[in-house]
Amino acid sequence: MGSITLKNVSKVFGEAKVIPSIDLEINDGEFVVFVGPSGCGKSTLLRLIAGLEDVSGGQILIDGKDVTQSAPAERGLAMVFQSYALYPHMSVRNNIAFPLKMAKLDKAVIDKKVTDAARVLNLTDYLERRPSQLSGGQRQRVAIGRAIVREPSAFLFDEPLSNLDAALRGTMRLEISDLHHQLKTTMVYVTHDQVEAMTMADKIVVLNRGNIEQVGSPLDLYKSPRNLFVAGFIGSPKMNFVDGAYAQSKNARTAGIRPEHLNLSKDSGLWTGTVKVAEHLGADTFLHLDVDGIGQITARCDGEFGAHYGDKVFLTPDEAKLHRFDDKGSALRA
Amino acid sequence: MATQNTKTLARLMMAPSVLLLLVWMIVPLAMTLWFSFQNYNLLNPGNVSFAGFFNYQYFYTDPAFFQSIWNTLVIVGGVLLITVVGGIAIALLLDQPIFGQGVVRILVISPFFVMPPVAALIWKNMIMHPGYGVLADIAKFFGLRPVDWFAQYPLFSIVIIVAWQWLPFATLILLTALQSLDGEQKEAAEMDGANFFNRFIYLVLPHLARAITVVILIQTIFLLGVYAEILVTTNGGPGYASTNLAFLIYRTALLGYDVGGASAGGIIAVVLANIVAFFLMRAVGKNLDR
Amino acid sequence: MARNVTTRHKVTATVAAWVVALIIFFPILYTLITSLKTEPEAIAGFSLIPSGTFENYVTVQTQRDYFKPFMNSVVLAVGSTILALIIAIPSAWAMAFSPTKRTKDILMWMLSTKMMPAVAVLVPIYLMFRDFGLLDTRIGLTVMLTLINLPIVVWMLYTYFREIPGEILEAARMDGAGLWQEIVYVLTPMAVPGIASTLLLNIILAWNEAFWTIRLTTTNAAPLTAFIASFSSPQGLFWAKLSAASTMAIAPILILGWFSQKQLVRGLTFGAVK
Repeated sequence: MGSITLKNVSKVFGEAKVIPSIDLEINDGEFVVFVGPSGCGKSTLLRLIAGLEDVSGGQILIDGKDVTQSAPAERGLAMVFQSYALYPHMSVRNNIAFPLKMAKLDKAVIDKKVTDAARVLNLTDYLERRPSQLSGGQRQRVAIGRAIVREPSAFLFDEPLSNLDAALRGTMRLEISDLHHQLKTTMVYVTHDQVEAMTMADKIVVLNRGNIEQVGSPLDLYKSPRNLFVAGFIGSPKMNFVDGAYAQSKNARTAGIRPEHLNLSKDSGLWTGTVKVAEHLGADTFLHLDVDGIGQITARCDGEFGAHYGDKVFLTPDEAKLHRFDDKGSALRA
Repeated sequence: MATQNTKTLARLMMAPSVLLLLVWMIVPLAMTLWFSFQNYNLLNPGNVSFAGFFNYQYFYTDPAFFQSIWNTLVIVGGVLLITVVGGIAIALLLDQPIFGQGVVRILVISPFFVMPPVAALIWKNMIMHPGYGVLADIAKFFGLRPVDWFAQYPLFSIVIIVAWQWLPFATLILLTALQSLDGEQKEAAEMDGANFFNRFIYLVLPHLARAITVVILIQTIFLLGVYAEILVTTNGGPGYASTNLAFLIYRTALLGYDVGGASAGGIIAVVLANIVAFFLMRAVGKNLDR
Repeated sequence: MARNVTTRHKVTATVAAWVVALIIFFPILYTLITSLKTEPEAIAGFSLIPSGTFENYVTVQTQRDYFKPFMNSVVLAVGSTILALIIAIPSAWAMAFSPTKRTKDILMWMLSTKMMPAVAVLVPIYLMFRDFGLLDTRIGLTVMLTLINLPIVVWMLYTYFREIPGEILEAARMDGAGLWQEIVYVLTPMAVPGIASTLLLNIILAWNEAFWTIRLTTTNAAPLTAFIASFSSPQGLFWAKLSAASTMAIAPILILGWFSQKQLVRGLTFGAVK
């Protein structure tokens, strides 16, 4: 079991209202990702759930039980820290065993659990080493191992992959997703990387300045962002925003069109643009264009579409995939 | 939650050291201040009376006072000059790849661990003695007349001894700072065509600025109070030629038994030290914010 | 070609560094050599080769009772350091792990007490020691040295403790460790290296303190600093013996210092240079 409910939760540091008020429902077994730019309050929110920070107002319920005043260890949660926070003076074995030792479990039970966790995480050969003798990815696994053995009702991850290089990040992403499928335990995951959010989450919570901008599945957020902020944050490369006459013709203040929803042609189209930069990724090419009367536009096209610096290109937005926003930046529904 | 408890606990944990230092600082200092306004001589302890500013006036008009202030400044300035310049030079040298770096380092820092009386006696007898010292041997070898260092150049001799003790400290700190200089920066400068001299002026020296400040300030604190070296070698003489403020106060208090006069001198020393301390605290405090 | 230049550079630097190092070390070396000479040899002019007698060491012990000031030095240095650590560890701990707005001010103030010139309080301290019968006692001097070095000890410990990452403590709390368990299993093992360095540096500082140890003692509690200073009055030529005494006075701390050179920089600059 591992459902988490936030009711009216707020957090104030001195004068600064980091989180004005948040209501959120996290269901048992869900993989929920908090995503947002740095300083949006996502880590604070996670730490409030963990109990590492006291709430300024509101309630936190885990499995329906009010834990607002409970100590971190009493909440039945496990956390994986950004720096991994491994105990440098303990072997891998003792690191993983530490929470079990604190829970005063039998030595035989502890040994078995540690051995099992090490097998799952491919750490069996490293059990006697110190954290300083491990690679970044291995340390990450030890941190996860320390979380797993407690059999928590939910895992909390605080930007766990940000200290790894790009290749390892991809691998660990898969490993964590795989772990979620095996354990079927609730996971709450904080990141500023929208790719991590899109690829791992069942449910994404987009945060901005301590407020929830939108909650939904990755595809929900991609297909129908509720406002400009979400539209700009989710999706890579970023959505193009077009103001002025074109937007007005669509009865909107701002029109949003994703780079992948622009049809490109070398002969004719609605807009005319000049290629400033062409990024050839192989299968795809990203074109950064200077479009007459519109400005900077990013378009995504097939890798076969030969375009180079200075070329003239014609673009036509796919009207069906157009996003429209009003004066306040909220999305207009058709 | 537990934050209030934690705070109370933290206060309790800090209390012993804070209280001890508070008492240690305030009580003697208050007594010194009080004595500095009294006529109080240990040879005549029954006869204590209020002296107003007499002790300060007495100290101020004593020719030895100005000489001792001047000597204090010479010792501080001279030692700083030698140790900072020498320290930078030696640190640069030790920062090069050399064979036996570990041993060289140990040899260079060793004088710092020599207790002041020993350092002074070694220099006085083994090195600077006009009859049997090594320097005299060298002078004789070249057919020169040996110098009687402590008679002819008492203050300079003391500067040399103290500089020898503090050179390792400066070297070690500057070397540590030097080694924290980013290697890529040096390579970038090399690629940019900067020669050794330019690299030193534009890259190394600015990088060392903070370490140099720290060396100067910390050494100053200790150098203002140079005592054992003088006691063991010249005993402040000839005359007052090598008496610094600390030594003068000691003489007044424990040789002249003049509690009032010594206390007035002590207060002057506090004022002097505070001027230095002010700058040191700012330098260290800045580092805390980082 | 490039490799050749580097080697030549290295050889040049090596020669220069060794020459400088030997000049700086020379007074200590020469003291050691002289201590192994006979008295006539010691004043017979420059010579680096002693006859190799250990007689001087024996004489220093039998005539001047070297062992007594040595033991005083050990008791004072170790005693005052341990006392300072007992007082300082909780303080530094609290300041590093539950800092308040005033923590920085308190630290700076502690540092400022270190700036007080010793001579400024010589008179009241001397009178107080006299009135309380603490002159020339080990206990009095131990307390004195403890107070003198307490700010440095607090500071050094603070800079070490501050480097223990807060996330580790949070991880321990998440793992169910109570305050006591946190201290025993997580904090103490991580703090031990810092405490050990502080201990080492402070013993060195206390061992070499040469103002109060000389002024507040005469015979009973006199440590090596006072013992050696008493040789300053020339009572005839006895350089070989003086060298033997000097060698014995500095040797233990010199060796201790060699081991702690890395921590020395940190400790003496209050963490400003690492």
